[in-house]
Formats: sequence, C-alpha cells, structure tokens
Amino acid sequence: MSDRFTDIDSLAARIPDGAKVALPPDYSGCAMSAVRALINRGARGLHLVGVPSVGLQGDLLIGAGCVSVLETAAVTMDEFGPAPRFTAAVRAGTLKVIDGTCPAIHAGLQAAEKGIPFMPVRGIVGSDLLKYRDDWIVGANPFDDGQSENGGGPIVLVRAIRPDVALFHAPLADRHGNVWVGVRREMMVMAHASKAALVTCEEIYDGNLLADEKLAAGTIPGLYVSAIAEAKQGAWPVGLFGRYPADAAHMKEYVEMARTEEGFATYLDRFVSRRAAAE
Amino acid sequence: MSTDYRPEELLIATIAGMLDGLDHVAVGASSPIPGAAALLSRARPGGIRHVSMLGSEAHNPFTNGGVELFDCAAQGRIDAFFLGGGQIDGEANINLVGIGDYPKLKVRFPGSFGSAYLYFLVPRVILFREEHTARVLVPKVDFVSAPGTSAPEIDRPGGPYALVTGRCVFDFDKARKRFTLRSVHPGHSAGEIRENTGFDYDAPEAVPETPAPDADTLALIRGRVADEVAETYPAFAERVFGRQRAA
Repeated sequence: MSDRFTDIDSLAARIPDGAKVALPPDYSGCAMSAVRALINRGARGLHLVGVPSVGLQGDLLIGAGCVSVLETAAVTMDEFGPAPRFTAAVRAGTLKVIDGTCPAIHAGLQAAEKGIPFMPVRGIVGSDLLKYRDDWIVGANPFDDGQSENGGGPIVLVRAIRPDVALFHAPLADRHGNVWVGVRREMMVMAHASKAALVTCEEIYDGNLLADEKLAAGTIPGLYVSAIAEAKQGAWPVGLFGRYPADAAHMKEYVEMARTEEGFATYLDRFVSRRAAAE
Repeated sequence: MSTDYRPEELLIATIAGMLDGLDHVAVGASSPIPGAAALLSRARPGGIRHVSMLGSEAHNPFTNGGVELFDCAAQGRIDAFFLGGGQIDGEANINLVGIGDYPKLKVRFPGSFGSAYLYFLVPRVILFREEHTARVLVPKVDFVSAPGTSAPEIDRPGGPYALVTGRCVFDFDKARKRFTLRSVHPGHSAGEIRENTGFDYDAPEAVPETPAPDADTLALIRGRVADEVAETYPAFAERVFGRQRAA
C-alpha cells in the first residue's frame, strides 16, 4: 500500500485553516465524509472554490462556520430547494461571496493547469459580475487584424485560479495512488490545477488503473495525488455517478432542519459530530 | 373532446415546439420542464438529435467534464439552451444573484451559473420561469447576471428567443429590446398577464391561445419522457407523473 493512503481524519487534517479548497458540484464526486471530518476538526477561514458550483458541501461548511470566502458560479441543492445556510450567511453578511460564472471558473483552473497567468473567456461583457471582480479584466484580441468576424470586440481575461487543495470523492483508486474519475474530468482539472489533491474513494482497485486501457483514459495519475482515504458511501447523502443516487429523504430532511440555526445545530449533532459518526 | 393535462405538460409541449428541427439542445441546472421538453423533442420524428442534460448520466454525451458544455457552445455546437432568473426584465436582462443592493442583498438567489456566457453564445436561449408575477417580471433587474442585448461591437452570436411562463409565451425582438405577447395559456387571459407583468410589452389586439398538447404528445410525455427525466429529476417525476423512485 502506497504511503499516500491514510484515514479520513488525517486526510482532513491536511487542509489547514485559511486554505483555498476546490470542490465539485453535487452531481460530480463529493467527498462528504471528509467534509464532515473537516467540520469536526473545526476548520476556519476556508476559501472555497466551486467547480463551478457547490451544493451540500458548501452549505454544510458555511453553516458550521468553516468558510470566510466562497468563490462560485452558484450554490444549488437542485431539486431540494435553496441552500439554507448559504442564504442565511449572505443575509447576515458573514460570508464574502465572489460571484462568478461557470466557464470563467473552468478557465481560471485551466490557466493554472497550464501554468499561465490568465485565460481569455468569451461572453461576460455587460454582466454586473464584472464590476465586482478585480481578478477579471476586459482586454482586446492581440491578433485582431480587422478581418475576423468576432475578433475585434473586447474579451474578458480571468486570472488563473490555483487552489491549495482539490478535495473530491472518486469511485476507484489503486495502490499506486492513481484515481479513476471516468468522464467526470472536472476533477482531473481540479487535481492538475491545485497544489495538492486529497481524494476519498469508494473502493480500492486491485491492480493498476493505468495498466487497463479502458480505465486509463479516465484516470488521474498518482503524480498529482497527495493523499487518499477509503470511504465507502463516501459521497452520502449526495449521490455518486455510476454508483448510487442521492439519499433524497435525507437531503429533504437536511434542507428542512437547516432552515434555522438551531435546526442546523441539531443536524450537526445527529449526523456530523464524532459522537454521531461513532454510533 | 377536451383532453385533460397538467400545466407542466402544456409547458413541456410548448417548449418542445420551439426546439423541433434543431440538432443539439443543452439543459442546465434545476431545469426539469425544459429538460423534459428537450427529451420530448428528441423522442419524436423531426425532433432534435442530441440532448445534453446537466446532472444526467444517461442523457449527457460529454466526456470532457464540466467544461465541455461551454466549449461546445463557443464552437456553435449548441443550438438552444434555457435560462431562468429570480428577476427578468423587459429588455430580457436576467438576475440570478439576488434582490437588493449587491453585495448587501435582501434575498439571495443561487448564482449566475453559466448564464453570463451561454446567453452570449447560444443562438436560441429560451427564458423559462414558471412563476409569472410582477415580483419576477420586473421593469429593471437589481443585478444583471447576463444582459438581454449587447452593443454591435460585442461578440454575441446568441441571445434571448422567447420567454415562457406559467401563464403565457412572449417573443423577444433583439433590435427593439422588447417582448411581444405571442400566446396565452388556456385558462389565462391577456388582461391577467398585463396585471401580473412588471414590465411593458407589446401585444396583438387578439391574443392567440397556446395550443394544448394532443393525445399522442401527452402519451409520449407520460411514457418515455417521464421515464427519462426521472433519472435526473426524481422529485419532479414523482410529483407530476407519479413515478416512483428507484430504491
């Protein structure tokens, strides 16, 4: 077993207070057991980056007081309704939100992936989002020769986004530290762009994921991966693509309970605290 | 003989009618009705060929992660997309961020998602919001997530095509930056729409009624479409079509 393998609490302990942490949306691979461990260790001052949005992970971390800055295109719990703790934190003014748009977040990570300082992104000009972003500027196409149809107008340049940590849950990881994400390649971009990728996995693959041609194309090579912890049902109560759907009854219960601060505290007590985990 | 149908079924059939003949339609977050409309169009002869539904495994062909939808749109490979808004104004500006003086908002919406990009690049953006009230359809949005129109020097092959609500359908004229009432859903009236719309718009003297879905369309919606949409939107499929969730 590679020394990358660890337990959930040790994995969460590698995310220091104040870290910039990239997280995938609920339909991708959410490391929910690690998020619960992060709350249990009392993380503070995190800067979350939704790639390109966050769901339950964001709402839980915000509600538990772990987050100072949220950079995202949206916070959504989709069919389960508005994210209650996020909404409450915005109203209370306790959360700094850096409002973005999906392709600009992808582009910022792609810039970091390529080791370049910025990336051009189409659209956006005329959106109020621009007014509040000092890391987005309006530039011009340096190759414009006056001939191309759309080459002459302004174009937005977004600064590279380089997270300290990418945290996500994958169906498979092998003993060499390789991680299979299949077509959910936003997790691969997250791993490439971040200083460290911390991964929980549903199952340990017996063999080398890179040796199997069918799996290799969807595999993040171990060279990008800092630590892995095995976590069965590690995305619960969110679903994991190809494995299990969201636990709809639990998600509904969460949204209901998290409407009030007291209800949210009860939720943490019942489903997140160490005592709850041990039961 | 009248056919009984649910309001959601009328909306699905109406939106599908705006898609038939196109090649590739993409569906974003929290969009069960537009998603069902795209699946309905795909299921019938002369309908669209490709559907890419965010959050779906069975009805999403992308293999390059979250970025592929946006790359595809930038290449002109997506013909139609759907956007909503906590607020939509008479110039088709949409607000997905919140109500109040940003960043000190009184009401927070989920966020802009890909609107600030896809609204510019997808030729046929259909605005959809079931709630048709003066608090949603406002004279001017508090925050422009994405503008309805842009100056000629702006790179913008895409933009608003129509606005579909629970009460009616509006067309949008980009040159005039103005909506026109196209049709009123059965059971609603032009006067009621004027009363519940916060922005000014044009309307013909006699406003047509939105055509009700025929029996074949309803059968397709309640059969194949209901099954397909249930994968991504189980709560919607359960509420509207009585589909039970998979264990």
